[in-house]
Amino acid sequence: MSEFRMPSLGADMEAGTLVEWRVRPGDAVRRGDIVALVDTDKAVIEVEIWEDGVVDELLVAAGQKVPVGTPLARLRAAGATPPPPAPAAVAAPRPTEKPGAAPRAAEAAAAPPAPPASAQPPVAPAPIAVEAAAAAAATRRVHATPLARRIAESLGVDVAALEGTGPGGAVTRADVERAASPPRAAVAPAALAPPAAELRAARARQAMAAAMARSKREIPHYYLTTRIDLAHALAWLAAENARRALADRLLPAALLLRAVALAAREAPEMNGFFVDGTLRPAACVHLGVGVSLRQGGLVAPTLRDADTKNASVVMRELTDLVARTRAGVLRSSELGDATLTVTNLGDQGAESVHGVIYPPQVALVGFGRIAEQPWAHDGFLGVRPVVVATLAADHRASDGHRGSRFLAAVDRLLQTPEKL
Amino acid sequence: MNREALRAAVLAALGDVAPEAELDRLEPAAELREVLDLDSIDFLRFVQHLAAATGIEVPESDYAQLATLEGVVAYLAARS
Repeated sequence: MSEFRMPSLGADMEAGTLVEWRVRPGDAVRRGDIVALVDTDKAVIEVEIWEDGVVDELLVAAGQKVPVGTPLARLRAAGATPPPPAPAAVAAPRPTEKPGAAPRAAEAAAAPPAPPASAQPPVAPAPIAVEAAAAAAATRRVHATPLARRIAESLGVDVAALEGTGPGGAVTRADVERAASPPRAAVAPAALAPPAAELRAARARQAMAAAMARSKREIPHYYLTTRIDLAHALAWLAAENARRALADRLLPAALLLRAVALAAREAPEMNGFFVDGTLRPAACVHLGVGVSLRQGGLVAPTLRDADTKNASVVMRELTDLVARTRAGVLRSSELGDATLTVTNLGDQGAESVHGVIYPPQVALVGFGRIAEQPWAHDGFLGVRPVVVATLAADHRASDGHRGSRFLAAVDRLLQTPEKL
Repeated sequence: MNREALRAAVLAALGDVAPEAELDRLEPAAELREVLDLDSIDFLRFVQHLAAATGIEVPESDYAQLATLEGVVAYLAARS
């Protein structure tokens, strides 16, 4: 028997709303199956389960908002017999012991004074229910399908104001579209209902604010910067792309991520977590990749095991992650547990970025826009495509010497792009 | 494909990559990447969508000719 808990889907997540269950009691699940949809305020995430088993009981109902770590469901091992239906006496607060079952005098003499059983609070069904009820009352969360939510946002419809006609009273796409039409002339739809998209953006901003403020409060950042000559890497990339099929073309971002991932493997002080006053280096390299949303805001999905995948695989996964991040359809395994984050401003961005570390990570690597710069080499001045790489690192976990070596490794790796 | 059909295909490709963009207000000479806030991944996906719709695979070395809506239409028209 084990518990499936509300996962942490990013450093800035404190609670999540269970939007929808994808399983029912009695369903067999396998590691990696999507079992629920959770709304983190930033996005609706498909949550995977991490062990095989059979769903025994769902502990949190759709629509409830519960803190990270709250048990959501109980699982039993596949093949195990389901426990007998809980008799009322077990589930309900235990009836107070019948007085007189034991000789009272002996009891009083033998046992230290204990509060009388009847004074003990009944076994609370679960504190979650109370919290969830409070959260539900505060925000009035509504059961709606993710598709319906997305359409509602784009149409400016408030799902909370709709009567759902879907299973369990869920608000469906049809409900939303019915509410959005007929378009009331002269009044913009957004003026009719609270702008859900704005509310979401505001909540996402608050979550981000909390995480970033915590980072700057707790983490003594230091910053190092180095300019990296990308002439060789970009020439290799251009030649490579000219012979590759369109679907397999690489972008510089894939090379930058690979270089960071390989450098991270050699630099445990940059790749891991600072927990309970100590650095805990990670055994693998999961890169958080900062993805900006066009409507504003930033999400950092995780590119797992980036040190073991070649540039083509990293490119494919990156493209997929970015598209799904912007569409708001990520999986739980793609959020959280990044060991190091990379933010890449891209070719429309500023020259350099000195980032804020995502706690409990210990470093963040920033790349500015790749731009042609004067470059002195062998006594000659030339023009080269150059990127400014910045390391923001936690001074509790490392120092500038180690940080410098890490950036030097990124540079060195980028000089042999064919090996990335 | 005539120019109108190509223009529609280009707008559809942009719509796939940047669903929230207000494409009906897009000026023909506006810089696509700047106005629509397309990063390099968006732009690569745009080129991939164009290829799917028109069969024309734009090599990287020609990306500079795809700066504006009218530029993209002219580029594709010359090759279709």
